[in-house]
Amino acid sequence: MSAGTLTPRPQASEDRLLYQGAEWDFETLRRIHDACEEIALGEMGLSVYPNRIEVISSEQMLDAYASTGLPLFYKHWSFGKHFAQQEAMYRKGLRGLAYEIVINSDPCVSYVMEENTATLQALVIAHAAFGHNHFFKNNRIFKDWTDAKGILDYLEFAKNYVARAEERFGESAVERTLDAAHALMNQGVHRQRQRRVPDLRSEELRERERRDYDAARFNDLWRTVPGKTQAHVPPSEVERRRSLLQLPQENLLYFLEKSAPRMAPWQREIIRIVRNVAQYFHPQRQTKMMNEGCATYTHYRILNRLHEQGRISDGAMLEVLHNHSSVIMQPEFDDPRYSGINPYALGFAMMQDIERICEHPTEEDQEWFPDIAGCGDAMPVLREAWAEYRDESFILQFLSPHLIRKLRLFHLSDDSGKPALRVDAVHDERGYRRVRQALARQYDPAWTEPDIQVVDVDLSGDRRLILEHRVLHGRTLEEKEARLVLRQLAYLWSYDVLLKEVDPTTGAVLREHAVSPPRD
Amino acid sequence: MEILDRRLNPKGKSLPNRQRFLRRAKALIQDAVRDSSAKRDIRGADGGGEVTIPMHGVREPSFSLGDGGLREHVLPGNKEYREGDEIQRPPGGGGGGNGNEGSDDGGGEDSFRFVLSREEFLELFLDDLELPDLAKRRLAQLVDPAFRRAGYTSSGSPANLSLSRTLRNSLSRRIALKRPKPESIAQFEAEIARLEALGDPGEEVPELRALLDRAMRRSQRIPYIDPIDVRYRRFEPVPRPVAQAVMFCLMDVSGSMTEDMKDLAKRFYMLLYLFLQRRYKQVEVVFIRHTHEAKEVDEQTFFHSRETGGTLVSTALEEMRKVVEARFPPSEWNIYAAQASDGDNAAGDSTRTARLLLEHILPAVQYYAYIEVGRDGEHGMPGFPRGPTDLWRTYEQLVVAGAPMAMKRVRNRREIFPVFRELFRKRGLTEEATA
Repeated sequence: MSAGTLTPRPQASEDRLLYQGAEWDFETLRRIHDACEEIALGEMGLSVYPNRIEVISSEQMLDAYASTGLPLFYKHWSFGKHFAQQEAMYRKGLRGLAYEIVINSDPCVSYVMEENTATLQALVIAHAAFGHNHFFKNNRIFKDWTDAKGILDYLEFAKNYVARAEERFGESAVERTLDAAHALMNQGVHRQRQRRVPDLRSEELRERERRDYDAARFNDLWRTVPGKTQAHVPPSEVERRRSLLQLPQENLLYFLEKSAPRMAPWQREIIRIVRNVAQYFHPQRQTKMMNEGCATYTHYRILNRLHEQGRISDGAMLEVLHNHSSVIMQPEFDDPRYSGINPYALGFAMMQDIERICEHPTEEDQEWFPDIAGCGDAMPVLREAWAEYRDESFILQFLSPHLIRKLRLFHLSDDSGKPALRVDAVHDERGYRRVRQALARQYDPAWTEPDIQVVDVDLSGDRRLILEHRVLHGRTLEEKEARLVLRQLAYLWSYDVLLKEVDPTTGAVLREHAVSPPRD
Repeated sequence: MEILDRRLNPKGKSLPNRQRFLRRAKALIQDAVRDSSAKRDIRGADGGGEVTIPMHGVREPSFSLGDGGLREHVLPGNKEYREGDEIQRPPGGGGGGNGNEGSDDGGGEDSFRFVLSREEFLELFLDDLELPDLAKRRLAQLVDPAFRRAGYTSSGSPANLSLSRTLRNSLSRRIALKRPKPESIAQFEAEIARLEALGDPGEEVPELRALLDRAMRRSQRIPYIDPIDVRYRRFEPVPRPVAQAVMFCLMDVSGSMTEDMKDLAKRFYMLLYLFLQRRYKQVEVVFIRHTHEAKEVDEQTFFHSRETGGTLVSTALEEMRKVVEARFPPSEWNIYAAQASDGDNAAGDSTRTARLLLEHILPAVQYYAYIEVGRDGEHGMPGFPRGPTDLWRTYEQLVVAGAPMAMKRVRNRREIFPVFRELFRKRGLTEEATA
């Protein structure tokens, strides 16, 4: 290659650069967005909601933190507490601010900070406006459980409703209700589709169909066949009550909203608001790792591509890599910085690993992932994974032995009945599947969150509400916290509350917590 | 795709949340504020600052799994472990080198620190303090007229012209009288020009001309702004309580007052100053120091230069009386006085001091506070085994006789805040505290 062919290159790339240096303006943002869009939609085949990028100051970012990242939210002291905490840490330099916040809405709103350099803005736009955006739009759980179009309007409604309730019924009454509802927030989500309460028309239709079926099949002969006489057993009182109240019910807030005997209508509406917000966040908690993995993989790919095309400079690329590698840093378990598995790190590693399996599979991969190994193009596989899985099932399906070895994952079991911890599985042939399964469980809400349900109400007696915690592996509730939460529950229910902790295999009651509503 | 600039949107959206939080945790924060204020130096006394409050008071409970039972962890970075290895539990339970699972948002911490602004700090610190009743009575009496907006008037000075109100009137008048709009005149003209350009002066043109003419005349006859439209902003005088105060700092600087004692006194003055500053827009400070003679001085001299001589408290009171007469007539100023001394006074001076106070000083001031400073441990055991000092005895008689003054002893930096609080505690709380 002669010198002549080499020299024009920097000149050419100079013209193609999207920006130079750290400064940016709105035109730069637009150029960056368009360049990212070209790659994300064209090359990666992503499909996203229309983007809305909002530039905010660091102070506004702190504000946004305080209300769980939502642009508008009702007022409550706990958000003030979080704000004070975040602010103190930020001021001390213990924690930096997030570069962006992205809202699962249509259009998809990404907040970017004005302090970010041009490169960071590119990173953030690729990460949030395309990565997260694609995930929000396509993942099944988000599609099934959240309404991206309606969320901003609903938040606006919630904010105004709470403000009006405060005016009419007093701040302290509203605060009290919100406190109680917040305590039950984690138990305020539907985890399964709800059984639809049948309406009269469909009941009639079903009844007619059944009669027709019986008529069509009628044969008088059957009457003469000897057999045990069918005694019609009327449903017991308990059964009737349970079905009336839709018990057992795992969504405590839903139950209270519908059935608490002495709540005012505005309180029910506030419970409903808290419940809906909890439900809106529920998919995010189940897909945190995948969502971050998807976004990180997307920004990594887009920015690398931009660099290849000469649209961002080498210096900018170094800045990208520096930020990228600090985001996906995973300290080892004995490192003082270790605080659980970094969802960015694991998510990104798994996406890259899938890419590797698709494009350069080893023999082992062929054996473990015959469907996708060596299929050549990783994007369709990734897109499908992003659409159809949540963290738990994704790990169960795609965590490869290669990655288990790379991260040197091991499985530790901690049985409080035994004197020592035991290493159950390590990254070897015998351990891969067990490590994988155990890791998947760590991301499964059914394993990590207590399973608490309303099982009965003593309607004819003292209206005591009976809850059951189905104890897995002998892991009972933290006593003090549980009592505090139950007090809040009793406040909303207005009568006594009893929580039984039950071992589901033997049916034995391990512990009971009884709480009476606060008198005042 | 759209890009929006939200930087100009209002900041401090979470301010109401913060206020709610402060209110919620008020008792805790107040304790923390008092603790931290005891450690502050004089300069820091009026700043905001970091406080730490226990987490349990503002906890948001939720169901969580306890420590017992079988727990499983998958951890990265295995080094030497093999399947079946047993690892000793780290002391104090915990999860085998694993960060506690429950604390994903720092909820496991037992206390947390955050920063209060200066306003918030003082608000909380001085929250349940008040100026004595006497001051309130005086405040209500003293008036100083101020002007306040009070609607609109049809006459006034051009400086007070209310443009928006005037134009609103003008607009409604123009609509009511059907003054033709400039656009409709322009439209007629354009139409005429168009038709003339066509070179076809049919019947329409003269008709249009007539219309235009009428519109022109009408718009000339109906003025754009008429004198009856004009409105001025009106101001009316309202009586306003005097919002100025003067604070007299009296201090004994004779040889027996050590630097420590002066430091104590200074802290006390500082607090009083801050307190008054919150109640009054403008606070003047007068420093009077005395030995056997008294002089008004500036702050530096007051606190830092030394004098030798005897001790005559009455000279300071005399000096104060003179300053009040010359510069701060009691009808216009809220007067506060704080005196600090180690309690020494010349033997023959007591009667004179008492008389001056009773006849001249106390009637003029809102509040008179006397603090007696001593050195920590100077007199051995708590209490004053040496017996009350001369000055203390003198003042005590006055207080017993019902004079409106307060007196306290301070011997340590730590006591300054409690003593100050006690002096200005709200009525009703005092009985409770002493009971």
